[in-house]
Amino acid sequence: MRRFLLPLVLFLVLAGFLAVGLSLDPREVPSPLVGKPAPAFQAAALARPDATIKRDDLLGKVWLLNVWASWCGACRDEHPVLVAYARKGGGVPVYGLNYKDKREDGLGWLQKFGNPYTESLFDPEGRIGIDYGVYGVPETFVIDKAGVIRYKHIGPLTPEVMRDKLEPLLRKLNA
Amino acid sequence: MIPELGQFILMLALAVALVQGIVPMVGAQRGRADWMALARPAAWLQFTLVLLAYFCLTASFVRHDFSVLYVASNSNSALPLPYRVAAVWGGHEGSLLLWVLMLSVWTVAVARYSRSLPLVFVARILAVLGLVSVGFLLFMLVTSNPFDRLIPAAVDGRDLNPLLQDPGMVIHPPMLYMGYVGFSVAYAFAIAALIGGNLDATWARWTRPWTSAAWIFLTFGIGLGSWWAYNELGWGGWWFWDPVENASFMPWLVGTALIHSLAVTEKRGGFKVWTVLLAIMAFSLSLLGTFLVRSGVLSSVHSFATDPRRGLFILAFLVIVIGASLILYAWRAPRVGLGQRFGLFSKESMLLVNNMLLVTACGGVLLGTLYPLFLDAMGMGKISVGPPYFDTVFVLMMAPLLLLMGVGPLMRWKQDDAGSLARRLRWALVFAIVAALLSGWLMGRISPATTGGLFLAWWIVAAISVDLIERLKPKPGMGGSIVGRARLLPRAMVGMMVAHLGVAVFAFGVAMVKTYETERDVKMGPDASTDIAGFHFRMLSLKDVQGPNYAAAQAEIEVSRDGKVIALLAPEKRIYRVQNNPMTEAAVDSSLLRDLYISMGEQLPTGEWIVRVQHKPFIAMVWGGCLVMMLGGLLAASDRRYRARQTRSAAIGGATAGRAA
Repeated sequence: MRRFLLPLVLFLVLAGFLAVGLSLDPREVPSPLVGKPAPAFQAAALARPDATIKRDDLLGKVWLLNVWASWCGACRDEHPVLVAYARKGGGVPVYGLNYKDKREDGLGWLQKFGNPYTESLFDPEGRIGIDYGVYGVPETFVIDKAGVIRYKHIGPLTPEVMRDKLEPLLRKLNA
Repeated sequence: MIPELGQFILMLALAVALVQGIVPMVGAQRGRADWMALARPAAWLQFTLVLLAYFCLTASFVRHDFSVLYVASNSNSALPLPYRVAAVWGGHEGSLLLWVLMLSVWTVAVARYSRSLPLVFVARILAVLGLVSVGFLLFMLVTSNPFDRLIPAAVDGRDLNPLLQDPGMVIHPPMLYMGYVGFSVAYAFAIAALIGGNLDATWARWTRPWTSAAWIFLTFGIGLGSWWAYNELGWGGWWFWDPVENASFMPWLVGTALIHSLAVTEKRGGFKVWTVLLAIMAFSLSLLGTFLVRSGVLSSVHSFATDPRRGLFILAFLVIVIGASLILYAWRAPRVGLGQRFGLFSKESMLLVNNMLLVTACGGVLLGTLYPLFLDAMGMGKISVGPPYFDTVFVLMMAPLLLLMGVGPLMRWKQDDAGSLARRLRWALVFAIVAALLSGWLMGRISPATTGGLFLAWWIVAAISVDLIERLKPKPGMGGSIVGRARLLPRAMVGMMVAHLGVAVFAFGVAMVKTYETERDVKMGPDASTDIAGFHFRMLSLKDVQGPNYAAAQAEIEVSRDGKVIALLAPEKRIYRVQNNPMTEAAVDSSLLRDLYISMGEQLPTGEWIVRVQHKPFIAMVWGGCLVMMLGGLLAASDRRYRARQTRSAAIGGATAGRAA
């Protein structure tokens, strides 16, 4: 009798895994960079071609890095969320990473839809993007006072994500 | 009005399915002939209702009723009529309706062609099928109703996924589902036999043609899907080990094992417990496939909309159906006797190894498909398992299988002698080695791995020839001409030979195309040209064309060899207006010996295009092999023996049933 129960046992184990699998999102890929120091960069500011911004300039404060581009449709969806966050005040500075874009297109886009960014880094070839493991735009990184990446959000930010995930984390990091 | 009617009909169908699932089953346990007799009319009624509901949904598509959510999501006013009809199964809800329709088609087929079977047995079979139908109808009505209204109605629909707008796609899902769902018949036979305790050679003989029929559809469906992917996805690949493909391939592997195992059960009374388990497994894998595709636990290029509630429902259904079957199996199987003993070197042994290899291959595919899920579920990170794993595992299992495929059919039941077998096959071996080296040499390069693959293909061909020659040789007491003797070969036997030949054709095609295919990405504008594998490609023109629901850039490319024009190909890059999706419409010049495959990549700022040109020797044989396998299945399933003997054994079966009642 026992050996005839084997298929049933195997199947139940499989079903257990499938049940757990249902609650997971296969598209959610964790970044290996979370918990590691943010890769260093040195880039021109989008609005001020002569000024350079370095990662180390931002040490000592908690900040958000939001990857965006004028050619990205989903960025347009998330943009009002960022604009609202910046307008509300009292939040952390948001830096943009203008990814694989043309300078005039990026600036025009900000003019049209509002500029929530303290500053945007200009990354026309996507080199910084590669260092940060960007594989889809938009993406948002939370970086702490010590320059360590604490969280990465893939895809457009929504008011829910801001409220439930980012803002509590930012409060904790700033405390 | 029509959608409401459709929904109401579906509810009626659910009620009928409940009756079909419960009353005959209870009747069979209590020996009530009148209750059992309800099974057939209930099956017919359910079929009629599901068909009507299906027509209702089709009508909503044809009439552009965008107040139906499902229609609005999968159709558009510019969508041509044939695709509107096919769009019924273009999404999740309609696919389920098609699934249920197929199930009821198989059910009435069983009801119709089981006149010679004892009523108790038929009642149980139809009841099991009815219960499966209950599950799917409930699933549809509770979580995925195709008739849900969209209020206010959409002005226009979101259009059918452009990937699915292809003639191949019109028949691919129905064929695949016919195969998937077809295993429900073998499953119902197995469950009915487990309940009734009549797991014997007669049961195996009844099951065989049904299993073969499902297998034929599945083979066709998978082959067609692969051919569609090759033509429509525009990469020139034909198999991607994508979870959705694997989901259809696993039942195929186990179904193939089942066909072979059934042969032993019928002929020798052996492998009974194993056969019944395979029948349960084949259908369970079909259900699991449905779960994997529909629940979204695995991401896949086929990515359908996901809804956790749906996943939970199918999982619960899966646990109930498969769990109950396996409990029944564990309870009943110990009492099933073993078949006749057989020696280590016998046809039975060979078929056992065949079964082990096929099931292990299926296990390998299952493991690879679910491995990312296992790791993720245990919090060990995300990985993906790709073709390198599958190719390795698969070749590892298939190489010995193909080797045995040459030997097995020539062996005797019970006990054979290795020495005499080696003598019978020595020339086949020599021929296969020479032919493999020769085919490699003719292609210009001999590589060890390819020679192995080609050897296996030629080996099967040679062994089948030896088998055929031996069978056609004049024997004492059997005169007549060669044609006369050929006529006497049982059709099942010929079917087996043809199916095995199909495997050889397939293996030959795969070995050839994997080794000798060449491709080149070139920048092309009008008048630009390139060469590959001795063919000369010249772009004549580049123009914009307008389709009914898309706009396309179309290149006209002339293919010539030694100055002689062979083909004029027109690959396209389409943009479907509604979903704004780019689609690569490859142009293929196909022949038995090679395909020339052109697809357009990206447009450059200069206006030129990146064009990918591929030469694929013998790739047609990959699908040709599937067709030949299918033909073999058709021959085997149509063997007169099943019908003739069925009537004879029915008298006996009926008598025992009468006594039991």
